[in-house]
Amino acid sequence: MKLTLDPQDLAFREEVRAFFREQVPAATRRTLVEGRHVSKDQMVEWIRILHAKGWAVPHWPAEHGGTGWDPLRQYIFLEELQRTPAPPPLPFGVNMVGPVIYTFGNAEQKARFLPRIANMDDWWCQGFSEPGAGSDLASLTTRAVRNGDRYVVNGQKTWTTFAQYANWIFCLVRTDLQVPKQRGISFLLIDMRSPGVEVRPIVTIDGGREINEVFLTDVEVPIENLVGEENKGWDYAKFLLGNERTNIARIGISKFRIDRIRELAAGQMSNGKPLLEDERFLEKLAAIEIELKALELTQLRVVTEEAKSGEKGRPSPASSILKIKGSEIQQATTDLLMRIMGVHAMPYHAEPRPGSNEANIEPADAAMVAPNYFNFRKVSIYGGSNEIQKNIIAKAVLGL
Amino acid sequence: MDFDLSEEQAILKQSVERMLERHALPRGGRELWRDISDMGLTALPFPENLGGLGGSSVETMIVMEAFGRALVLEPYVPSVILGGACLMHGASLQLRDAFIPGVVDGSLKLALATAEIGSGFSQTAIETRAIESAGGFVVTGRKCVVLGGDEADWVVVSARTGGGAGDETGVTLFIVNAASEGVTRQLYRTQDNQGAAEISFDGVHVTREHIIGAIGGGMSVLSRAVDTGIAALCAEAVGVMSRMHEMTLDYIKQRKQFGAPLGANQALQHRAAEMFIALEQARSMAIYAAIMVAEEDAGNRGRGIHAAKAEIGRAGRLIGEQAVQLHGGIGMTSEYPLGKYYKRMTMIDLTFGDADHHLAELARKGAMVGLL
Repeated sequence: MKLTLDPQDLAFREEVRAFFREQVPAATRRTLVEGRHVSKDQMVEWIRILHAKGWAVPHWPAEHGGTGWDPLRQYIFLEELQRTPAPPPLPFGVNMVGPVIYTFGNAEQKARFLPRIANMDDWWCQGFSEPGAGSDLASLTTRAVRNGDRYVVNGQKTWTTFAQYANWIFCLVRTDLQVPKQRGISFLLIDMRSPGVEVRPIVTIDGGREINEVFLTDVEVPIENLVGEENKGWDYAKFLLGNERTNIARIGISKFRIDRIRELAAGQMSNGKPLLEDERFLEKLAAIEIELKALELTQLRVVTEEAKSGEKGRPSPASSILKIKGSEIQQATTDLLMRIMGVHAMPYHAEPRPGSNEANIEPADAAMVAPNYFNFRKVSIYGGSNEIQKNIIAKAVLGL
Repeated sequence: MDFDLSEEQAILKQSVERMLERHALPRGGRELWRDISDMGLTALPFPENLGGLGGSSVETMIVMEAFGRALVLEPYVPSVILGGACLMHGASLQLRDAFIPGVVDGSLKLALATAEIGSGFSQTAIETRAIESAGGFVVTGRKCVVLGGDEADWVVVSARTGGGAGDETGVTLFIVNAASEGVTRQLYRTQDNQGAAEISFDGVHVTREHIIGAIGGGMSVLSRAVDTGIAALCAEAVGVMSRMHEMTLDYIKQRKQFGAPLGANQALQHRAAEMFIALEQARSMAIYAAIMVAEEDAGNRGRGIHAAKAEIGRAGRLIGEQAVQLHGGIGMTSEYPLGKYYKRMTMIDLTFGDADHHLAELARKGAMVGLL
């Protein structure tokens, strides 16, 4: 056992930390510190800064632009990025469809799509969930019917994050109705500008516009946009969801939010002294921090194990722990951040209208704490709800 | 960074487990202590120049987890870990030479006497006093729940030589022969069947040579020793918890009701999953305790240990209570071994401060700022 980072890994951490400190555009960083959503332009600008450094897709194979970092370094990189905070690369391209394409796609697909993902020339979104297929994803009903050199796709996808920005969507579609549900699914890449693709926003309880419904009506998709083999899509989806879970603990984001909690609690008064000196508050904070420290070590145990076995991307059952505890901690921190601001968390801060000279509601630091709290209820739902994760642990780990 | 056992560590783990298998539950008694000593475990944490094996906190963690899984009752923590830490981190060369060889070969047992009626979990809220007299000090007071105090040959006792209850300074540590005039012991077993004693010191004369650490400066030694003991208990607790979790899984897979194993019910599956998560988080924090106990900065070390003990206490309670619940009636019986583990876990929580105490202490010291 060697329970601390090697000097080389510590130096690596310093290097990435310094890079983020210098290179994240100040306005983008500010946006994140205040809990606001980064714009499409801010995101693209940042990913291109990362790409110029060669760090946009560190976990990819070297021939497609990866850095060759072992899983521990990839983890250190992400943690530092999240804590800065800098915008985390959008998972839909770099963690989801990218790895599916370089693992199961053909040479043309790799050449066509991978460089554009790395440089964020394309914005990808995920067409998996449907109104009738949530946790039971395999019961999806969006149909793709082969017609000559094209598929004709009809159906509806939902909860599609940032579909309003996306120009590509990767979809699970049903291509065979005669076989058990998992065996009739294919993985299709669909150009969002195709006729018959319609995006409608779903406004969430925080007032945010992250997610959408995507309607597909007689959408024609060239057969060269099929990834891998027809009716093997479920295998690719399981591979993809395994990757989704590896970074789901989001330790760096919670560390950043705890930094922010301390910053704001120092400025809020409670019974004549700063909240940060209030013992009851500190107990709440300490309880979260303990869980986070434990999760960090659990994460490091998973990561170093992965580095040894070389089985990256395989969904380790331990990743279910990371998902459950990671989401609980994220929810606890967004909750505490809101409660620090107390009554000031209550006003709804509308986006300032262009040209409006209405005064902002003070304190501005409180503007997003309630929306962030509401928004983060999602983290125990998406990526396989925490209840699904417990089913996975029960079956895969405990043999129940 | 590597969390896997080295070859030597794996051999250590395996040989400790094999040795313990030769003894039946409850695992205590003279023969077990002899085997523990013969294997060199009593020598483990001491430096090689004092006849020890120079093991680190990781080796202690490995041994303690195995002890937890096997429910070892022998006073390894009181004598080797706590007594040993007091000697190594505060004792004069003469004291070390006088005591460590005996602890190393298992012929000499130590215990640490700190708690008193009314002291709660505080190490400083004590009323035992040591008053200077010709050639030394006279110690008077009463110590509670001295683990291993029933068999200890010598007892490290904390007493006030200055300051008042609660002050960090003014606490002095003395190593006192349990057979000294004025020492009386009331022997008993704890809830989990460990040997312990209430020990009264009635005008016990102790020479200056038997002071550990500085006069009035005993707290720095004591808090380091207690932190070392807590790290060991955290690892023991992981062993205890992992056995409780395994027993529970075995039980709900085998026990059938309504024509199906209990484990087919999702309510119970999720409970078992929650126990597993708590176990793995606790394991991570036992590792964290092993990291932080080696930290030279006393403040950071102490906060790290608070965090670990709080997590271990919380997880242990969840796993222990739910293990009994999932077993149903059989979990309540004294004959079934689960209850012994549950009681051990509960006593570990109460030793040197429970989860609530350590959470409050961590909060009082600014929580985890700088440690995340």
